[in-house]
Amino acid sequence: MQDAIIKLEDVWKVYHMGRVEVQALRGLSLVIRKGEFVAIMGPSGSGKSTSVNMVGCLDVPSRGRILLDGKDISHLSESALAQIRGKKIGFIFQQFNLIGTLTALENVMLPMAFQDTSLSERKQRAMELLALVGLGDRMHHKPSELSGGQQQRVAIARALANEPEVILADEPTGNLDSQTGKMVMDFLRKLHKEQGTTIIMVTHDAYVARHADRIEHLRDGRIVKTDHQR
Amino acid sequence: MFRDYLLLAVQSIRHRKVRSWLTMLGIVIGIAAVVSLISLGEGLRQAITGQFATLGTDRLIVQPAGAGFGPPGSTAVKKLTEKDAREISRVNGVDRVAARLLRVAPVEFRDEQQFFFLASLPEDEHGRKLVIDTLQIAIAAGRMLKPGEKNKVVVGDSFASRQLFARNIRTGDILSILGRDVEVAGVMEKQGNIVGNEAILMNEDAMKSLLSIGDEIDMVAVQVVPGALPERVADAVARALRRSRNVEEGKEDFTVQTPLEAISTVNSILTVVQAVVVGIAAISLVVGGIGIMNTMYTAVLERKREIGIMKAVGARNRHILLLFVVESGLLGAVGGGTGILLGAGFGKAVTLVGSSLLGTDLLRAEISLGLVVGSVLFSFVVGTLSGLLPARQAALLNPVEAMRE
Repeated sequence: MQDAIIKLEDVWKVYHMGRVEVQALRGLSLVIRKGEFVAIMGPSGSGKSTSVNMVGCLDVPSRGRILLDGKDISHLSESALAQIRGKKIGFIFQQFNLIGTLTALENVMLPMAFQDTSLSERKQRAMELLALVGLGDRMHHKPSELSGGQQQRVAIARALANEPEVILADEPTGNLDSQTGKMVMDFLRKLHKEQGTTIIMVTHDAYVARHADRIEHLRDGRIVKTDHQR
Repeated sequence: MFRDYLLLAVQSIRHRKVRSWLTMLGIVIGIAAVVSLISLGEGLRQAITGQFATLGTDRLIVQPAGAGFGPPGSTAVKKLTEKDAREISRVNGVDRVAARLLRVAPVEFRDEQQFFFLASLPEDEHGRKLVIDTLQIAIAAGRMLKPGEKNKVVVGDSFASRQLFARNIRTGDILSILGRDVEVAGVMEKQGNIVGNEAILMNEDAMKSLLSIGDEIDMVAVQVVPGALPERVADAVARALRRSRNVEEGKEDFTVQTPLEAISTVNSILTVVQAVVVGIAAISLVVGGIGIMNTMYTAVLERKREIGIMKAVGARNRHILLLFVVESGLLGAVGGGTGILLGAGFGKAVTLVGSSLLGTDLLRAEISLGLVVGSVLFSFVVGTLSGLLPARQAALLNPVEAMRE
């Protein structure tokens, strides 16, 4: 059995919306091993987004532990979490979430800037990554000048910028037509196969989830079923 | 890394061009006002103190009361006489005295008549030297007057360089003063002293006979004995003159001024004026700062999602803080830079109007490097401080909530 890269142990997340208490996660336990391609599936309201936030170190749990490379990160400050995110996790969002004022190249360079990578290195790597996702000729375009599929490919390049151990994809094909969505999924699949990148994907689309090695079914804030596909 | 923030800030400012310029306008106006007013005030100060500075610190000026800063002479109620000059020369601590005449007279050149100052050169060697030293007169062309010469004059630099008449005056030219022809023997070098450049020097006896002046004099320059305190000698001179002119203390009809006194009086008046003016301009800078703060708060709200994204891809709180502070500082600095250009341009325009239309050197802008650097720094600081609170708000945003926007 390979080393666990992310481990959630009995994680609870409780939100307070006015006087109402919302239990988004109710004892979620999950182990992601190095090199795995895991899909987390569930209907809306099942706690998918909250689990992405936990796995992506974007938020800390109300209760329970999150271990990243064996280190408990449940009580770290926002700044410390940011540093971990920047180094170890690459995000791909449903909304692409590119910075509108920056060009494709600058968007890909941005995460490296926060890791104090030198400018020349950043530029070179960003150019390589954009070429890798097939956007070598669109580097100086702003997001508004790119199609949805192209924007998502820029986002993938950005996610890879700091050579993260984990790619966290939140409904990566949610805003794309099926053909472009398939292209994005093929790319992620290739990345996983050829480079051994760990990929965690959250989706409600069973077809998309089929690309993963393992599917974890989420319902009411906890895992209810696990499917091993290969 | 700072370069990246700067780049990001520039991009974001350019992305919102109209709003950025409107935001900066407050700072632009404030700095333009500060720069133009300070530089004009500084120019005025230098022009005025320049006139006094040529006097030297070991010299006193005795004038009839009421002469003030203006040209001495006929306006005074009770004139000084040669007897007063002799009294002064006998005072303990006085080395040399030079009686001087300074009058306005019509001067004609090639059928064109204008009014200029005539200034006398004493006939005796000591007095002559004192006046020449005091006024720092040097000859640029031709020669100095010889004692006793009747129909010769030396003219100020402006006659030869600034076309006071239809053409510039050269040595050998003949001027007509009150109907008497005099030859230009020499031209003085340009002086810091404004009056000096447009004055005509004549020997004392010649000037007296030309203007029918009796034994009255307009001003006495006093050289203090080396080592003596000018202030103390000034007191002694005042005592002697009170006695000889028979006036009580406090009711003097003359003034004894040391150059330092004169400079410090002018300086303190100008400093107060400048402080008031800059204070008013500073209000505009405060308003400009509030404008920046307002814009930055709006920016934080607008870019919440962007902030969340940056945090997701690894930006720490201090990165976000710096990002916004640099942006607001840049708004301030660019506004300040623009303000300096505008203020300097306005100052130069006033200088041009002053010298070409009004013919005065008093209206001129003196823009020092300190003023420029200080203004940019100050506006950067105003911008930075105004951005601190909004930036802090941005930095403390929770990434999950920010991205939900």
